[in-house]
Amino acid sequence: MYGYNGKILRVNLTEGTLKTENLDMDMARKFLGGRGLGTKLMMDEVDPKVDPFSPENKLFIVSGPMTGNPVATGGRYMVVTKSPLSGTIASSNSGGKWGAEMKFAGWDVIAFEGKSENPVYLSIEDDKAELLPADELWGTTVSYTTKKLEENHAKGAKVLAIGPAGEKLSLIAAIINDEDRAAGRSGVGAVMGSKNLKAVVVKGSGAPDVPDQEKIKELNKKQLGIIKENGVTGQGLPTYGTAVLVNILNELGSLPTNNFQKALFEGAEEISGETLAEKYLVKRTACYRCPIGCGRYVKVGDWEGGGPEYETLWAFGASCGISDMESIIKANYWCNEMGLDTISAGATIAAAMELHQKGYIKDEDLDGVSLEFGNITDIAEWTKRMGYGQGLGAKMAMGSYRLAESYGVPELSMSVKKLEMPAYDPRGIMGIGLNYATSNRGGCHVRGYTISPEVLGLPEQIDRFEANGKPGWVKTFQDLTAAIDSLGVCLFTSFALGADDYAEMCNAICGTDYTGKDILKIGERIYNIERQFNMMAGLTPADDTLPRRLLEDEIPEGPSKGHVNRLAEMLPVYYSERGWGTDGIPTKEKLEELGL
Amino acid sequence: MIKVEVRYFATLRSDGVKKEIISTNKDKTAKELIGDLGISIDDIAILLINGVRSEPDTVLKEGDVISLFPPVGGG
Repeated sequence: MYGYNGKILRVNLTEGTLKTENLDMDMARKFLGGRGLGTKLMMDEVDPKVDPFSPENKLFIVSGPMTGNPVATGGRYMVVTKSPLSGTIASSNSGGKWGAEMKFAGWDVIAFEGKSENPVYLSIEDDKAELLPADELWGTTVSYTTKKLEENHAKGAKVLAIGPAGEKLSLIAAIINDEDRAAGRSGVGAVMGSKNLKAVVVKGSGAPDVPDQEKIKELNKKQLGIIKENGVTGQGLPTYGTAVLVNILNELGSLPTNNFQKALFEGAEEISGETLAEKYLVKRTACYRCPIGCGRYVKVGDWEGGGPEYETLWAFGASCGISDMESIIKANYWCNEMGLDTISAGATIAAAMELHQKGYIKDEDLDGVSLEFGNITDIAEWTKRMGYGQGLGAKMAMGSYRLAESYGVPELSMSVKKLEMPAYDPRGIMGIGLNYATSNRGGCHVRGYTISPEVLGLPEQIDRFEANGKPGWVKTFQDLTAAIDSLGVCLFTSFALGADDYAEMCNAICGTDYTGKDILKIGERIYNIERQFNMMAGLTPADDTLPRRLLEDEIPEGPSKGHVNRLAEMLPVYYSERGWGTDGIPTKEKLEELGL
Repeated sequence: MIKVEVRYFATLRSDGVKKEIISTNKDKTAKELIGDLGISIDDIAILLINGVRSEPDTVLKEGDVISLFPPVGGG
């Protein structure tokens, strides 16, 4: 067995017991690791109808076979559980250094079960693992918890933690590792909070066995060359980070603005990657073994730290009509401290602004803090209030859908399956709308990033307004992404690498003989098992939709003026491309073909 | 002569110029204009004319907005 450690750490929080279990390697071959393996474990061990906050829900932290191994970006881990926000399978991915450390400590999977009576954290030092009291950490911010645990544990230990948001069961709470890297989406931080689990600190001193060091060196030389020569991974992302997209999407007239009421933002330049680089950037940062280094380390006044990504600049910026970069950097900081997902947090503030604009939220509900589209609103203050669950902030911490629903207008939540959509208006980019609608975790771009061909021209340029042909693109992107998410490498490598490259990478590390086709087939298997989980959880194909605004209200101005998303044209073709019935349910034949 | 607006992004912002109005001959293509500006067409990954992805041999019209991006990406 190469690439893996072959071990699962089972942590029963109710009993306070820990045990070691062997990883089923046949299962690992079929589902790789990360997202795929985690979902398979959920399917086998948890009733999909489970209440996400009950002790019966489990939370798996799953590395991939590439995690902690000597390949480009091989440092990622995935949190898999049932989402309290969407009721779907949740799998939230993060980089930084924590994932590799877990692998060095000798584990592939950490499985949390039950619920602790009192706050605890898990300490792992190689094969020594124990649950320790976290009463003194409960209620504290992510950076405080991280620093305390780093001080109290072995030098070089890495920390993953929740903040006050997760403790207070905010449905948009994230898990944060290395202080500013987030397993952000789907409310996974609240599941940790519901189990009274504050943090996991890990230190490892080993590494998985690999079959042939020389072969891996050769492979790395080749793949690092491809990544460096690629314009996006070799130049664009290192120089400007993801933030460079602000101006592109705005030039296309597809940058959702004021809670998707329009798609052109006059303040885009002020919140762009170019402005971030010119005025605030100190240096770029990189996750474990990453040659790209898209992370931004920024300085504002006397403060310096992790800077906002594209999605964050949009969520707190254009989405809220805000062009003040310093406010966005501050709101991003508070998301990391509170343990909140920046996309959902910003998008929920935007929804609250529209609810206030339309008279549903009254002035007297605001406790003196502005809630208007534009620069007068203190978004950092609202972020803190969401994190600490104060006043209207407590309602906002449940996400935009429940907030809007509480006023009788759920359609003002710009979400799919209750997960807030990110920074691409699907009225101006058809394929990404189909991807949002069919994503197994709801409104998410990184389940099938068709922005790559529709906007960036990679691997080839396709017409963003065209609906025809998009279902095939969406399926391929979704399947490949599911496999990449399960290998433990960064999705951004896919700007440069293809399915054959991932097969080659996996074979070099694991001694397997996968082809590119096998990798896509594994991705398809994962996509289908996720779909099965969701259907068994009670979702239906009727949930494969977009907010009414995006289907009926034309973009009012700019280069995408007059367009709506033509989901109805694409969805039946998508079901057919997936080999599902016309009702959107995976057929028995398809499931058998995939070994499910 | 026609007037067009050229917008530069990311590494194409040499000398800090973000956008400028250019007077140029009628019937000029985007590619020719880009050449006149001293930029190699190979450095352009995304060429938008009025917000729509366009071919380099598109003939420019009065009032066109040309947005130029090097290879960039994100997520």
